[in-house]
Amino acid sequence: MNTTGIQIQSVDKSFGRGQARTVVLKKTDFAAETGRLTMLVGPSGCGKTTLLSIIAGTLHADGGAVEVLGQRLDRMGADAVARFRSRNLGFIFQQFNLIPTLTAAENVSVPLVIQGFGHRHAERKAREVLDWVGLSDHVNFRPAKMSGGQQQRVAIARALVHEPPIILCDEPTSSLDSENGHHVMELLRKAATQKDRLVLVVTHDNRTYGFADHMAEMEDGRIFRTLTTQEEIRAHHPPGS
Amino acid sequence: MIRIALKMLFGDRGKYVMLISGITFATLLMAQGMSLFCGLMSWTYSTMRNVNVPIWVADPKVEQCNDNKPMRDTDTTRVRSVDGVAWAVPLYQGISMARLADGASKMITLIGLDNNTLIGAPTRIIAGRLEDLRMPNTVILDDFGVERLSAGRACPIRVGDVFEINDREARIVAICQSYRSFTGGPYVFTTYDRAVQYAPNQRKMLSFILAAPQPGLTDQEVAQRIAAGTGLAAFTQHEFMWSTILWYIKNTGIPINVGTIVIIGFFIGAAISGQTFYSFVLENTRHFAALRAMGASSGTLCAMLLAQAVLVGFIGYGIGLGLVSVLGNNLLRLGKVPFLMLWQITAVVGGAVLVIVALSALIGILRIARLEPAIVFR
Repeated sequence: MNTTGIQIQSVDKSFGRGQARTVVLKKTDFAAETGRLTMLVGPSGCGKTTLLSIIAGTLHADGGAVEVLGQRLDRMGADAVARFRSRNLGFIFQQFNLIPTLTAAENVSVPLVIQGFGHRHAERKAREVLDWVGLSDHVNFRPAKMSGGQQQRVAIARALVHEPPIILCDEPTSSLDSENGHHVMELLRKAATQKDRLVLVVTHDNRTYGFADHMAEMEDGRIFRTLTTQEEIRAHHPPGS
Repeated sequence: MIRIALKMLFGDRGKYVMLISGITFATLLMAQGMSLFCGLMSWTYSTMRNVNVPIWVADPKVEQCNDNKPMRDTDTTRVRSVDGVAWAVPLYQGISMARLADGASKMITLIGLDNNTLIGAPTRIIAGRLEDLRMPNTVILDDFGVERLSAGRACPIRVGDVFEINDREARIVAICQSYRSFTGGPYVFTTYDRAVQYAPNQRKMLSFILAAPQPGLTDQEVAQRIAAGTGLAAFTQHEFMWSTILWYIKNTGIPINVGTIVIIGFFIGAAISGQTFYSFVLENTRHFAALRAMGASSGTLCAMLLAQAVLVGFIGYGIGLGLVSVLGNNLLRLGKVPFLMLWQITAVVGGAVLVIVALSALIGILRIARLEPAIVFR
């Protein structure tokens, strides 16, 4: 059953002061449900990443309500938000952000270690998830020894290892070729549908739009259109367009 | 998370080595400087260490054990008459020249011991016999003297050899080990009467009176009685040692020179470590931000930085102290350089290294504390 996992209401965000002040989000509303792959799309500079950062609790909104899994993040302190993130959110970054001196298994185990699990347990779990993303033979590889696609799959494993109900992805395919990008999106879709997760993907890579169940389109700091079915998405963004 | 922190550190070999080098260098400079200082200070009271008696009595104007303000021979009797004194004997100390068979001269520190008791005689005789000092024109030479007086000879000077002090014969009857003197001249021990014959004649010749308390009395108590009863200066061995050290600290440039080395060591270590650690944190900012985004608290990130800094400090400190020990115990001693590494030095240097790593970690912590985890999305 799909339930609302993220509910953003009338959120404002600006950077700078005085004449240098730039308004990025203007009374933005957004919602996303579990069990679906939601895409937040729009041109560069429209405020997608800022909205994602606010949803993740890594950036404070100037005003409005930020509710994730029924918790008002905008009313929580920094440490409480950090604890909330460690339990409920998985992250996939554009630049992968894998620690170069750790092996794939060690990188994947990091979220569990942050939660206080022992290294042995965490690495055993990490190996299982690496197997799920098809990297069982790369567990002891360091990031520098892996391709971009493999690194992103390690990042996906890292986002999934602690079984969070929400996965937040920032341009997960922009550093990848189309074959690897396709493979990564398949994994993310599988992650969303198999375990009733909410997967939110911020992207402007139109090659991936076909994987979305739900799409919010942004422009100038506002969501100007929401497409709630795959048919609607295909209608507005035909494959190959 | 500490394990992850250490793996991050070990993985960046260049910075890891640089950080350890900085701490090692700082430890080396500080520990070596302090050990040289303590070694030099221990040389200043080496006469006391060689003679080793409980109470030293001197002219009231004497401030340290190398200061020679002669007293009258009758002062020894006055000291003996003080209540609580078990015994009191005269001691001559002076700088003389030893003239070798080839005509060369070497500076020596001449010590004249009580004729009857030989109190204060060297305890570590490595060749010959102490008792032979009772024979005419005899002396005991220390091992450093063997080295100094043997220069230019086909074979080292030894027991039975003769040299001259102030045109008088001095026959070596024993070789002893002794602590090196601050003036650099080897120690030559003889009897008091013979010493005053060797030394250039003066109206008064008595350098010090050595004394000991009767059983049941402390050194300090009897020293106070001697000072009160005779008007002379009387010190316990401990008091005279510190009086000597403080005199050299106040009246020479040694502490400033050594202190400068120690301070430079501290600042070089702090600068290298602080700068390198900051650079390490800067390069890993994205990774720390990612960890923070994934839920690591500020406290956890600070603990990671502290663990990295403390480990580097611990390794650098260990290597630095090891190097100082090797240098001090082998190279420096071979080169006749004063060197005394006390446990207090290792503790003080350890404390200074702790301050350096704390400052280095603080620089990183301040950076991490201002870290916006949102930068991982940029």
